[in-house]
Amino acid sequence: MSDFNSDVRYAQSHEWVKVLEDNVIEVGISDYAQESLGDVVFVELPEVGTQVSAKDECCAVESVKAASDIYAPVAGEIVAVNEELDDSPELLNESPFEDGWIFRIKVSPDEDFAGLMDADAYKASIDA
Amino acid sequence: MSTSSTPDTSESHRDTDKFKHLLQTPLLSEHLALNARVVDFGGWALPVNYGSQVDEHHAVRNDVGMFDVSHMTVSDITGPDTISFLRFLLANDIDKANSNNGKALYSCMLNEQGCVIDDLIVYRLSDQHCRLVTNAATNEKDMSWIAQQAAAYSIAFIERPELALIAVQGPNALKKMKQTFPEHSDFIESLNRFQGGFVNEAENNHDSLFIGRTGYTGEDGVEMILPATDASNTWQALLKNGVQPCGLGARDTLRLEAGMALYGNDLDEEHTPLESGLKWTVSLDERDFIGKSALLNDARFKTIGLILEDRGVLRGHQAVIIDGLPVGEITSGSFSPSLEKSIAIARIHINVQATIDDIVHVEVRNKQLQCRVVKYPFVKFN
Repeated sequence: MSDFNSDVRYAQSHEWVKVLEDNVIEVGISDYAQESLGDVVFVELPEVGTQVSAKDECCAVESVKAASDIYAPVAGEIVAVNEELDDSPELLNESPFEDGWIFRIKVSPDEDFAGLMDADAYKASIDA
Repeated sequence: MSTSSTPDTSESHRDTDKFKHLLQTPLLSEHLALNARVVDFGGWALPVNYGSQVDEHHAVRNDVGMFDVSHMTVSDITGPDTISFLRFLLANDIDKANSNNGKALYSCMLNEQGCVIDDLIVYRLSDQHCRLVTNAATNEKDMSWIAQQAAAYSIAFIERPELALIAVQGPNALKKMKQTFPEHSDFIESLNRFQGGFVNEAENNHDSLFIGRTGYTGEDGVEMILPATDASNTWQALLKNGVQPCGLGARDTLRLEAGMALYGNDLDEEHTPLESGLKWTVSLDERDFIGKSALLNDARFKTIGLILEDRGVLRGHQAVIIDGLPVGEITSGSFSPSLEKSIAIARIHINVQATIDDIVHVEVRNKQLQCRVVKYPFVKFN
């Protein structure tokens, strides 16, 4: 059974968003998403400094089974990427909400995350 | 996130009712009990993995694993014209297996254009009985094609959808089979590689247990064809003896490492076997067979093996670039758990130079990744 961590918000496209400090958010993929993908073997990280709009395709995750595009859940600038994933892409499977984070975005101070769901709404959207 | 491969929308669930809209094998409840991730695979509810497809892959390479492949089609051809019919139907020559002791032959079945309708295994049990195992996704066209070609021959062609298939594969497969089924130990011991037969031949019952020393992983092992009612007990007995259940995910990486073609990826009705890396399966002797005259034309394509030297994963349909020009595409690509690198089979134009150890490129998400041309099979196996 997938873990629907309630400390983060979710995009319909299965990314999660965790609000850090100074208008920086962290992005990864949900436990449900990593279970669907299976063994992750490669993460193509975005470049730090890239400006993204919400729903932009900004990087990719490859499992043995399939390639998946990852979308920016909100607009902003990529300010950090998880370089641990270069050598340990399996962190996405082992720790999707913590060690398996993929990138961080600096967002506008008035970002309201209106397009994102809480854990219950996300779970309901999958069960539907 | 959006996934760019086969749609995989079904979610595993303990209740087989959830898969009512799909074709089911007799082992579906076993897969669900093991918490398998069951998906819609060409209309069949089948397990893609039971946790980690990489772990399942290694189990088969290093020890033993088992697969439910009951979706595949078993059929029997019997009667006085069995051999002459198959000599006409198949691109490989059934007379290579003329000892009538269950020798297995891998072959393509071609259309008049010399292109591949399906690939199959045929076991020659006698001059008057051969057993075929064909693919699931091609079942309807296979059955109607064979029935249509058979009209002029004195044979009976019977599909056996009621039978289950369990493949047990790996360096310890035969040992585990003999431990689990000591009553069949002598029979298993008697089988040579690429040979199969009914365990109780005297019964003359074509629904009874059939074991072939064949497979689709590159490893030694067996494929058991058995009545659906025996499938669960057989599966559970193997499970109890420590045989790792493996899903279709591991089956795909194992067969790719072993350089084995997958129908729908590496084989199709647009290409001949000579254009699909299967020249070794075509017997162009004096015999006539369906599609032969078309095979005498020059091949338009050839296949090469690729190992990715950059980071990433090669996938089907990605373009192969040589000297800056697109020259063909990948037919099967994946991550190889044994090599811990990505590997692929690609089909390129016949007149393009690509020799072993050449560096070529593959276009992945608008980037050109560097690959080395290699011989395949990609891994040495048992």
